[in-house]
Amino acid sequence: MTDQQLVHLVGVSKIYDGTPALKEIDLYIRRNEFLTLLGPSGCGKTTTLRLIGGFEQPTTGKILFDGRDISSIPPYKRRVNTVFQRYALFSHMNVFENIAFGLRIKKMDEKTIRAKVGKMLDLVNLTGFETRSVDSLSGGQQQRVAIARALVNEPEVLLLDEPLAALDLKLRREMQHELKNMQKQLGITFVFVTHDQEEALSMSDTIAVMKDGEIQQIGTPEDIYNEPRNAFVAGFIGESNIVDGVMHEDKVVEFAGQVFDCVDGGFGKMEPVDVVIRPEDVKLVQPEEAKLQGVVKSVTFIGVHYEMIVQAAGIDWLVHSTLMEPVGAKVGMLVAPMDIHIMKKVSFG
Amino acid sequence: MVRFLQRTYVYLIFAFLYAPIAVLISLSFNAARSRGSWGGFTLQWYVELFQDRVIMNSLYTTLFIGITSALVATIIGTAAAIGIHNSRGWQKKLVMNLTYIPVLNPEIVTGISLMILFVFAKLQFGYLTLLLAHITFNIPYVILSVLPKLRQLDKNLYEAALDLGAEPWYAFLKVILPEIMPGVITGLLLAFTLSIDDFVVSFFTTGSGVATLSITVYSMARRGINPKLNALSTIMFVAVLLLLIIVNVRQAQDEKKARRQNDKENTLSLVGRASAADIDPEWMQQQ
Repeated sequence: MTDQQLVHLVGVSKIYDGTPALKEIDLYIRRNEFLTLLGPSGCGKTTTLRLIGGFEQPTTGKILFDGRDISSIPPYKRRVNTVFQRYALFSHMNVFENIAFGLRIKKMDEKTIRAKVGKMLDLVNLTGFETRSVDSLSGGQQQRVAIARALVNEPEVLLLDEPLAALDLKLRREMQHELKNMQKQLGITFVFVTHDQEEALSMSDTIAVMKDGEIQQIGTPEDIYNEPRNAFVAGFIGESNIVDGVMHEDKVVEFAGQVFDCVDGGFGKMEPVDVVIRPEDVKLVQPEEAKLQGVVKSVTFIGVHYEMIVQAAGIDWLVHSTLMEPVGAKVGMLVAPMDIHIMKKVSFG
Repeated sequence: MVRFLQRTYVYLIFAFLYAPIAVLISLSFNAARSRGSWGGFTLQWYVELFQDRVIMNSLYTTLFIGITSALVATIIGTAAAIGIHNSRGWQKKLVMNLTYIPVLNPEIVTGISLMILFVFAKLQFGYLTLLLAHITFNIPYVILSVLPKLRQLDKNLYEAALDLGAEPWYAFLKVILPEIMPGVITGLLLAFTLSIDDFVVSFFTTGSGVATLSITVYSMARRGINPKLNALSTIMFVAVLLLLIIVNVRQAQDEKKARRQNDKENTLSLVGRASAADIDPEWMQQQ
């Protein structure tokens, strides 16, 4: 297993002018993995990326690369390349020279450089753009040049700092697919930073959800979505109803004035907890069939399903359903025990 | 009617500003020695000008001091601009203000304080002191023309070069320097122009036997008016004007480019001061 761990951050923290940006992070990245660092701005995800890239040194802890400590090795000696958020292309060079930059430093001969750059241009669909100036390219094309410029050096890890943030939605979807394909095709480890949870879910093998310089949860997209560890992760990944509850005993929880069966345990007796219920896990039935009764307050059709707000026990519940109930209708709400997620209360900043 | 008055007023201002120069230029082609009468067109004064050893020597001095001081000031100023750009907080503000002071300082104060400094340092007045003085007053202008280019840079550019395997010095030479080159060249031209242009500071910091063109013009004018001076002043006026036009056009192109890139950073307009400090040929006529 250990030889699979390509990059390993061991107890890494970073403090800027007395403000901690990262608090003792432990994180390993496997070879050929697509890992996404996901979180709101200021959560430390970009700092983590910059530490791996070598642009920052950790205040404490160390960064292992293939088992070797690289914490104090400068960026130009790391087998890691970065795609920056605003591309950082060299505007005084044309597309070809931008991509060839790293190869020229390695003093490769002209023929090899031509072949490698040509292959990269083909990969990012920019063949024929060699002599164009980078300023004349569109945002999406500049992005591709930035990716080609990094990948041509055959890094072991490619770091991507919100590379799609500046693109419009359609282009963004296309680039998501292309990036994922490239990663599979080339077999390179990708570390991707984003604040967009949909992007993270659709592209990653592993997601690390971060907040306030700490990793909240790390796991596969399915794990993170289905089994969020705390209310923050649940709220950040997808939409959720998060309500206060009290644990009566293992597998019995009280919320919204009712007692329900659930599948979680291990909490103290009468311990206050967060109860998380996904909107698509609420089933609307006849009022008498359910413990929770409410009134439909609003209905919005958003394509795949209806988004309804149901008021029950003084709480507004978000419900997704393919069947519509009219506004003002009395409904019952059923939730299967396994869809009631119980989480320890965590105080957030 | 109001429009007509407004226009007339503007024309009057221009006439007032440029009439002395126009008179000077036309007199430099006047065959008659006296200023009162027109004796026909001639290039005689220009020919004599280039045969005058004193004037030619001071031309060489001016060019030597101008080129050397501009080059040295450009290197120091560019390095300083990079340092200022990468510093933070109160240090940055302090150094920026220290940079502005020499720009706003009256030239005579700069000249006298440099003279006192050189006396204090027991330096022999001559080429060296003149050169040091010119480098000193040129540095702020280089800093102020390079800084806007640095601010326009993508802050990840240097890191991108390192990331691709470039060592710091290579990254500077291959990535940062080419990107800020337009500002560096503008600074160089501006420094050269200001050096050619300078009289006051040179006057206080040069030694015996070392004279720039403006100092030679001054000392010749004190000995009585010579039509050669008209020709010399005309050439200096045209040379400085051309250089300023080049600097202006470069800055305008740069601003246009920056605006295209949606950059809101303003290129500092330095030329206003340089034009105002332009050589004043009219005072010689009044001698």
